Parts: sequence; structure tokens; C-alpha cells
Amino acid sequence: MNTFKRHLTALAVSAALMPAAALQAGEVEVLHWWTAGGEARAAAALKEMMEEQGHSWKDFAVAGGGGEAAMTVLKTRAVSGNPPAAAQIKGLDIREWAELGFLTSLDSVADAENWDQLIPPRISDVMKYEGEYVAVPVNVHRVNWLWVNPEVMDDVGVEVPTTLDEFFEVADKLQAEGYIPLAHGGQPWQDATVFDAVALAQLGPDDYRKAFVDHDMNVINSDRMEEVFTQFAKVMSYVDDDAAGRDWNTATGMVIRGEAAMQIMGDWAKGEFSAAELTPGEDYLCAPAPGTTGQFTFNVDSFAMFSLTEDEDIQAQKDLARTILEPEFQTLFNQNKGSIPVRTDMDMSAFDACAQASMETFKASAEDGGLVPSFSHGLATTSYIQGQIFDVVTNFVNSNNPDPAKATDQLAAAIQSAM
Amino acid sequence: MEHTQSRPAGVAKAPSGLMDGLQRWLPKLVVAPTFILIGIGIYGYMLWTGVLSFTNSSFLPSYDFVGLAQYAKLMESERWLVASRNLAIFGGLFIGICLLIGVVLAIFLDQRIRQEGAIRTIYLYPMALSMIVTGTVWRWILNPRLGLEKLMHDWGWSSFSFDWLVNSDFAIYTIVMAAVWQASGFVMALFLAGLRGVDSSIIRAARVDGASLPVIYWKIILPSLRPVFFSSVMVLAHIAIKSFDLVMAMTAGGPGYSTDLPAVFMYAHTFTRGQMGLGSASAMLMLGAILALLVPYLYSELREKRHD
Amino acid sequence: MTDVIRTGFRPSRIAIYGVLLLACLVYLIPLIVMLITSFKTPMDIRTGNLLALPTDWTVVGWTKAWSEACTGVQCNGVSGYFWNSFKMTVPAVLISTLLGAFNGYVLSKWKFKGSDLMFGMLLFGCFVPFQVVLLPMAATLGKLGLANTTAGLVLVHVIYGVAFTTLFFRNYYVAIPDALVKAARLDGAGFFTIFFRILLPMSTPIFMVSLIWQFTQIWNDFLFGVVFASGDSQPITVALNNLVNTSTGVKEYNVDMAAAMIAALPTLVVYIVAGKYFIRGLTAGSVKG
Repeated sequence: MNTFKRHLTALAVSAALMPAAALQAGEVEVLHWWTAGGEARAAAALKEMMEEQGHSWKDFAVAGGGGEAAMTVLKTRAVSGNPPAAAQIKGLDIREWAELGFLTSLDSVADAENWDQLIPPRISDVMKYEGEYVAVPVNVHRVNWLWVNPEVMDDVGVEVPTTLDEFFEVADKLQAEGYIPLAHGGQPWQDATVFDAVALAQLGPDDYRKAFVDHDMNVINSDRMEEVFTQFAKVMSYVDDDAAGRDWNTATGMVIRGEAAMQIMGDWAKGEFSAAELTPGEDYLCAPAPGTTGQFTFNVDSFAMFSLTEDEDIQAQKDLARTILEPEFQTLFNQNKGSIPVRTDMDMSAFDACAQASMETFKASAEDGGLVPSFSHGLATTSYIQGQIFDVVTNFVNSNNPDPAKATDQLAAAIQSAM
Repeated sequence: MEHTQSRPAGVAKAPSGLMDGLQRWLPKLVVAPTFILIGIGIYGYMLWTGVLSFTNSSFLPSYDFVGLAQYAKLMESERWLVASRNLAIFGGLFIGICLLIGVVLAIFLDQRIRQEGAIRTIYLYPMALSMIVTGTVWRWILNPRLGLEKLMHDWGWSSFSFDWLVNSDFAIYTIVMAAVWQASGFVMALFLAGLRGVDSSIIRAARVDGASLPVIYWKIILPSLRPVFFSSVMVLAHIAIKSFDLVMAMTAGGPGYSTDLPAVFMYAHTFTRGQMGLGSASAMLMLGAILALLVPYLYSELREKRHD
Repeated sequence: MTDVIRTGFRPSRIAIYGVLLLACLVYLIPLIVMLITSFKTPMDIRTGNLLALPTDWTVVGWTKAWSEACTGVQCNGVSGYFWNSFKMTVPAVLISTLLGAFNGYVLSKWKFKGSDLMFGMLLFGCFVPFQVVLLPMAATLGKLGLANTTAGLVLVHVIYGVAFTTLFFRNYYVAIPDALVKAARLDGAGFFTIFFRILLPMSTPIFMVSLIWQFTQIWNDFLFGVVFASGDSQPITVALNNLVNTSTGVKEYNVDMAAAMIAALPTLVVYIVAGKYFIRGLTAGSVKG
């Protein structure tokens, strides 16, 4: 007992003697949730580049839940008047933060670096508030990808499916041979990611935009939406029974190990394949999600920049913004993360086949209207409506007898109540 | 129990008026910091949350009042109904089962058991773990592909199936299992301590009268442990309300939102969905329910004691 | 009361031992699973089952969790966070326990008008879901200049811990005869003299209960830690969460489990070493209401 007490006292004393962390000039505190393999290496690359410029990087990683925990932390930090220099904020949330006056204008950097010429307008619009840049886009993810293990496909003697009907055919054969046709993690955002792809395949880009960007009730509350739910349920029936709660990269691991044949997931999954030292086109294949060839659901990661007070820190913040869009970082980062550069003027030769294909589709779909913002990743609608859709989708797919008609009604009601 | 007044009659003739005054105010001064901290940190913030629940605060607090609209929205939300029902199932089962297991183990352990100290520590240690750790371990044990089910298959019981964790109708019960595992040992300790305090002469007298041991426990000892039941319910209700961490670590509310609890609902809407008004309304209803259930209980228990 | 029951080898005793040992097994299995798993290789975990012993024992999981595992861009394991937790826990436990002791003393021996109401309010304070107070607390800490400091975090833990410590001490002191206090007052002893000379010396058991309870609660807290601590002073529970939710391809369960064990070690040691004082303290009165 006495030793226990003595330890406590000793600890209390040592705690009191600890020097307070000295604030260094030019520090950027960066809140992000890139903690999985490829993502973490991508973030580490940014850290190194900032340190090369003499700034110090204060890492503020909050893992879990696709950034939910990180958002909580960010809100409390902002409310307490002590926000980080940069935070990973996406899509329509950027505007909300800007409206509340938390964000700083980056126009001095943007003008000097000519961002308007580098970034496609569809993306730069999201980064701006009242005409000024308040956030820096980091990359462009394509969400509607199908990841395939070719060995498994060869073993069963099937080809990569290009339409939903083909997918069902292939999946039946895979299942008969004892493979899990579709690797998936049963978390709401992953359910929504698959739903996203099925909706695009069923509705096409125009009606997808009407439903998830404009919230047109004629599309949302329609037989076609019911058909989306029906097809979605069918796709999800090829997932193994204990997917509930599984992380997306664990599901990717199942494809890598050949336990499962395919996964519908954004191209961040490629980071997992790269981390396992696999080569695209040989060890694994990337194909558009069934029924969405030539279409591109985009998801853009971005850093919003908060208003700071110290001059050194503001300088560091600006350097961070500039560094993020420099070709060197864009290449290094996106190779690790699996995405494509947000700059359309980049030389893509250093990238792998999947990224090159992604870039081509990105440019082409921007022309022909096949480019749609991903609702499941917060690019299409507010976090509230997005959450409401998540609830309906995840409840639908996890209920023991899914009813597409009821789900369609619920979707309409949920979106209506949130508008 | 007799009240001790701040100035018992005998001390009226204290030496100096100043000292007397100081002595009179000292107790209040000593509790004042706590009173202020609690007043702001609990009641002030509760009031603030109450105010927000009548506004349409979205991303951050705003003071645009909309009356009862958020409460109406809440009542229509299917997810909220699931969350409320889950809290009733979880809270009821968790507290009930913990009390049952705690009482039984305490009585058994009070029978001059060898190695009592070691056994006690084994029952008690889960309480030392954080709910994050408990959730992580149980999620793993109950995972059909890695855990218990695989173990049984490896041992040759190939028809064994236990998929509650991933079945939306049963997942809430796996949360109850993990929570009971964590807290029942602590309840055992409370009851064991209570049993040690029971006057053994009462039991001897009852035995002389020919009462059997189970009857003595049921009729005499357990009723005398009423304060222990009170303490246990207090601690268990506290843990039940805090089991947010456990749900997040085990199922994160899934599959679907089948293991959603009001605290998870409130958290999701306030912090990730930018619906602070709705989140506040759910927090107020949650507090209201706690108030409605606990205050009468606290009141009756505390009143009871004054008549001792 | 144990002396009433005679020991002997009757069937009922065998049944009692049977039940107790079975319960031991149930309580122990998760810990055993954690321990075994932490010493396995990832390969072993995939092929073997839950309770199979490692084919080759390795401490890689432990060393990796302690000093190499990545949480975010830093790959220094959880060791740094371990000490952060101590820096936060020790002052918070001591302050909340001391406050609780004084409060309990006043609320049992120096009752005043409204003291019962205050006690009731404190009790209800045990049941406030912490998610509710995050934002207003953040705003308050910001105004006080304590946002994202260890001091701020300590303050938060004191506020939400003092209700329980007060409850413990109040119930303990209620059981001490008022006559003791009265006699001392007649002898001219004042408020503090009575506390330090009479009550404090007999308070060791309840101090143990309060210290153990608070240490466990604060050490294990995740929510306040993640929200109110800044990047490099985050407690170990936050690091554990980041680690468990971070994986590269194959999930390294051995590292996760080792990290979980490291996070749980201090509280486990407290329960194992000081557990008997805990029971003794509870017996001595805290549960008598």
C-alpha cells in the first residue's frame, strides 16, 4: 500500500515538472483520419514535405467511423476557439464551416499559383465560399470501382462483369464454387457506397443527380427507385453473413487473399493492394462498378483552412496549401492513396493503369455529363440528408426481410423531412 | 438518523462572534466550489441543451426558435424508436441480470470458500477494463468467422452456430452479454461487502427457530441488504447510460441501426449530421426518462433512511 | 456471518464450488483470449482458433504496440500516450477525491438548509450522459483559456467525478456516530480540526474505494480524452482507438490485443493489488447507504 502511494506521489511530482510543450514557429496542426495503410503513408508524405520547408507538423489523427470521431473533435475545438490549422473537411460541409466564419481565405495563394486554371470548375466550386478559396482539394477519388481478384475469376472461369445482370450471373457461379462473390463491410457508409453504384447503374447520371443533388421527388419516390432497392438487395445477397461491422480494408484483404472475388469500393482500396505489393492488371483488376462504364462518381478529399492568429502559423498554413497542389506532392500522395491528382495538367505516366484509366474517364465524363458527385461521401448533399439516406439504406439491407417498396417510401419521407 | 445542525445547541456560547460566524459559514464555503462546478457543468449545460432543443440549430448552436418541431420530428423517426426500445431492453436486462448474478455469486462466495480472495479478484477484474477494450475483445469472441463459432467447429461441433453479433434482431443482446460480463463482478463485491456486515446473531436465532438457509437468505438477509440494492442500481444505471463506448466499440450501432441507443443517436445527430436541435431534443427526452425513473426511486430510498 | 455455516464435503458444497469455478472460467476467458492472442503471430491467429496456444510464442505484438505501431503518421506505439494518461489521471483522481471527502463531511456532519437538496442534485449528476455536455464544456474551457490543455481535461474529470466521490464519503461518514463530532465540538474543536483529527484517521478504507473507482473511471475514459486533449497529450484510450481502427491489409490482432492489454495494465494492477482494500472499504460502510 505504501509503495502504491509513493508511486502516486512520485508520478504527481514528475507530472508537475514536465515542461509545457514549447510552441515552435510555423506549426501546422492537421486534423485528419487517414490512419489506414496507404492513407497513413500519404499523410506521412505531406508531413515530410512540410518539414523540409522548415515547418513543424503537429499530427492530429482521429481514427474511426469514416471521420465521425474527427468531426466531433473538430466541432469542440472550434467552439472552444482553438481550431487546428487545417482539417479534413469535405464537400458541402466546407460551405457550412465557411458560413459560420471559421475559415480563412486562401486567395493570395490561389492567385499566385493560378489554381483556377489547374482545378476543374466542378471541384473548385466546392472549395470556394463567396468566390474565395477556403479549402484545398487534395485528390479525386472514383467511387464506382469494382476490385477483382483475377485468380479467383480464372479458377471459376468467368469474366469481369460489366452490367448488373452479368454480375449476378458471375456471382452465382462464384458462389457455387465456394467463393464469397462480394467482399463487403457492413457499416452504414459502405452499404451506401454500394447503393451509390447500383443507383448510378439503374438511374443513369441525370436521374442520379436529380435524386441525390436536387432531391426531385419524382425520381426519389418512383418505381425506378424501388427497382434500385431491389437490385441493391440482390447485389448485397452475395455478401457473406458476418460482414457486419467489418472495416473496408479488411474486406479488401479478403479479395487480396482470394477468399472473396470482388469488392465495390472507391479507389482508396488500391492503397491496400499496393501495400500488399500487388500490381494492377496482373495481381488484381480494377473495372467500373457493374453498369457504370464511362461514368464517374467523384469524391474529393480536401483540407479546409481555419483562421489563425500567429503570423508564423499563417505562413505555414499557406505553405501547406501551396504544397498540397504542387505536382510533386500530387504524384507522391495520389500514388499512395490510390486516387488521381486533382490537377488535370499532370503527367500521368508515373501512375499505374487503374489511375490512368480513372483520369481518362474523369476527363471524358466531365465532357459528356457522366460525372456525378458521390452522395455516399458527402459531395452531393448535406450531412443531414446524407445521414437520413444512410439510415434508410442500412436499415433496408440489414433487415431480415427487405421490402423495396417500403424502403422507397421511407427514403422519400426521410429526405422530405430533412429538406 | 439524527440531524446534526450547523450549530448544535451546546456550542451556542462560542468565544468570539467572528469565529462563530466563520464556523457557521465554513461548511457552506467548503461545498461552494463543488456546488458551482456542478451548477454550471451539469445543470447549466442541461438548461442550455433544453433551450437548444426548441431551436433549429443545425451545424452549431443558433437561437432561432421553432417550438416543439424537433420533438415532433423525433417522434416520427423510426431510428429514435429503435434506440428508445433498445435502451429499455438493454437497461432492464443489464441491471436485472447483473443484480441476479451478483447476489448469487456473493452468497455462494460467502460460504467459507477456499481461495476466496483470488476468486473475488477474478470476478472483479473486468470492471478495471475500459469499455473500449471490453467491446473490442467481445466483438472478436462473438465474430462468427474468428471467434466462438470457429472454436466450436474446430472442436468438432460443426452444427454450432452463434451469429447474434451480426444478426440485427439479436445484436442488442450481445451488448447486454458484454456489459453484464463487465459489471456483474462489481455488483458481487458490493453484495459480498453487504453480507459481511449482516449481524450473524440474527441468523443464528433464525436457525434455532428451524428456518432453512435459503429461507433465511430470502426472508431475512436479502431484505436487510436494501441499501446495497440501492447502491448497485445507482452504479449500474450510471454504467448503462455510459455504455456508449461499449456500443461504439462492439457494433457502432449496427447491423443497420439495430443496436442504436439514445446516446448514440444524440451523438450522431449533434456531431456528425449537423442536427444539433434534434440531437438536443433527444438528449432532453433521454434526461426526462432518467428523471422519471430514477428520481422517485432516489426519493423513496433516501426518505426511508431518515426514519431509521 | 460465515461462521454459521459449517464446512464439510456435502453435495451442496460441491455444487457451490462448481458454480463458482464455472463463473471464474467465464470471467477469465476474455482475458485469456487477449493474452494468448497478443503472443501469437498474425499467421497463427488466422489458422488457429480462439483458445489454441500460440504455435510459436512471440512478443512482437507487445514491442510493436509499445514502440512501433502507427497511429496516424506517427509510428511510436502507445508508450508516449501511456504517460499522458498518468499526467491527466493522477491530479484528477486526487482532487476529486479530496473534494469528495470534504463534501461528504459537510453533507453528513454539518448539514445546513438545502444540503439534502444539494446531495440529491449531485446524485442526479451521476446520470447525465456525457455527450450532452461536450459542446458547452468546450465553449467554457475556451473562455477560461483551458481549451486543449491537460489542466482543462483534469477540470472536466473533476467536475464529472465529484458526484460519485461525494456519494462514497457521505455514505461512509453517515455511519460514523454524530456523538463523536458533538463531543469534539464541546471541546472547542473547529470544522477542520474535527475533520483532520477525528474523521480523516478512520477514512482509509473509503479513500481506497474512492481512489480506485476514480482511477479506473478516469484512466478508461475515451470521450473526454478525444475531445478535450490536444494531439500530443492524448490519453492512451485515444491511442488505442486509433491503433485498433488502423490497419494495413491484414488486421494485426496481436498488436491490437497487446495494446489493449497495455492500456488496461495500470487499472488491472490496481484492482489486483489493491482489490482487497476495495472490498474492505465497501464493507466498512460505503454500501450501507
